[in-house]
Amino acid sequence: MAIDDQRVFTPGNRQPADQPRWRQDFPIAWPQDHFVSRRDFTRFMVLTSLAFVVGQFWILARNFLRRRRGELPLLRIATVDQLPVGGARSFAYPAAPDSCVLVRPNENTFVAFSQKCTHLSCAVVPRPERNCFQCPCHEGFFDLTSGEPLSGPPRRPLPRINLEIRDGVIYASGVEEATI
Amino acid sequence: MPVPDQNEFFIDPNRCIGCQSCVQACSECDTHRGFSMIHLEYVDRAHSVQTVPVVCMHCDSPTCAEVCPADAIKKTGDGVVQTARKPRCIACNNCVLACPFGVPKMKTDFKLMMKCDMCYDRTSAGLRPMCATVCPSQALFFGTREQVESLRPRSTATNRFQFGAQTITTKVNMMTPRAGQAEYIDVTAAMNERSTGKQRSLNVLLDAMYQEEQ
Repeated sequence: MAIDDQRVFTPGNRQPADQPRWRQDFPIAWPQDHFVSRRDFTRFMVLTSLAFVVGQFWILARNFLRRRRGELPLLRIATVDQLPVGGARSFAYPAAPDSCVLVRPNENTFVAFSQKCTHLSCAVVPRPERNCFQCPCHEGFFDLTSGEPLSGPPRRPLPRINLEIRDGVIYASGVEEATI
Repeated sequence: MPVPDQNEFFIDPNRCIGCQSCVQACSECDTHRGFSMIHLEYVDRAHSVQTVPVVCMHCDSPTCAEVCPADAIKKTGDGVVQTARKPRCIACNNCVLACPFGVPKMKTDFKLMMKCDMCYDRTSAGLRPMCATVCPSQALFFGTREQVESLRPRSTATNRFQFGAQTITTKVNMMTPRAGQAEYIDVTAAMNERSTGKQRSLNVLLDAMYQEEQ
């Protein structure tokens, strides 16, 4: 069967080059006409919405599994004496690529946050003198003690690292990923 | 699936007996049940009982599609001109007026032009069109060119038509007498001539009687 789906039908027995330009947009040949039937459109819409629904459930499942993963291990960061007031110290928690920063804004407060900016994952820099974290990429600012976004493109707070202080030693004990 | 290239449609108006079988069979098709897409025309109703079945000729350059302002009439790769696309057809009747053979039918109830699509559901599956399966005299013949040549040795198939100044070549073939060697068929010639059907039929009868007497 020699059926040519690319066959061009030329009205008036004229060559394709002699046809008016609008004929290219409104071809007589069925295969060249990009006709979207109502059924195809409906199928596309239904399948796309279904994919969105499945995606939502997938996110829910991932969330559930993450909660069930259990507690993270303790990690010794530093002793209280090693960190002066207004000082900062970087560490990796829970694994090597997750760089975090420990800050001591005042005598009795220790806070630690993930260094990944919630906008585009640049490393944020603590600015204890201005009581904030600064992301140098797009000038995003986060509060130093709460991690909430203050200005710039970020909309979500920095993930907080839970800390435990035992006998003058600071341990990281978990990650609190606030999503809103 | 496209219609196989070796299967062609041949119309032999000489063989038409006006039995309306094709009209009935066409209206039984599932894709347009109750509506016949075939025209069974009387050549000259006043003087002759001769009828001609008119199915879509599936022009190489379909006039109906050319005049369609809504871009609704499409031709598939195997050369079959399809019924107007329902979402596009605006029921403007341009195709009905433009077709040299008068094939498209306007269904005002559906606001849709419907026409013979050579029973695309059947022919694309290798079957013959409804009309060709039921035609008792095989005035409507669907098969290979070799078949028709062996069945109709005195006829030859032509697919060139003249409609005013317009030359039309078609996918569907019309059988013409081999002796005549017609270069093309003039679609509107009958409109310019006075009918001689009655005289001819009488002559035939007289000749037959004369032969019997001898």
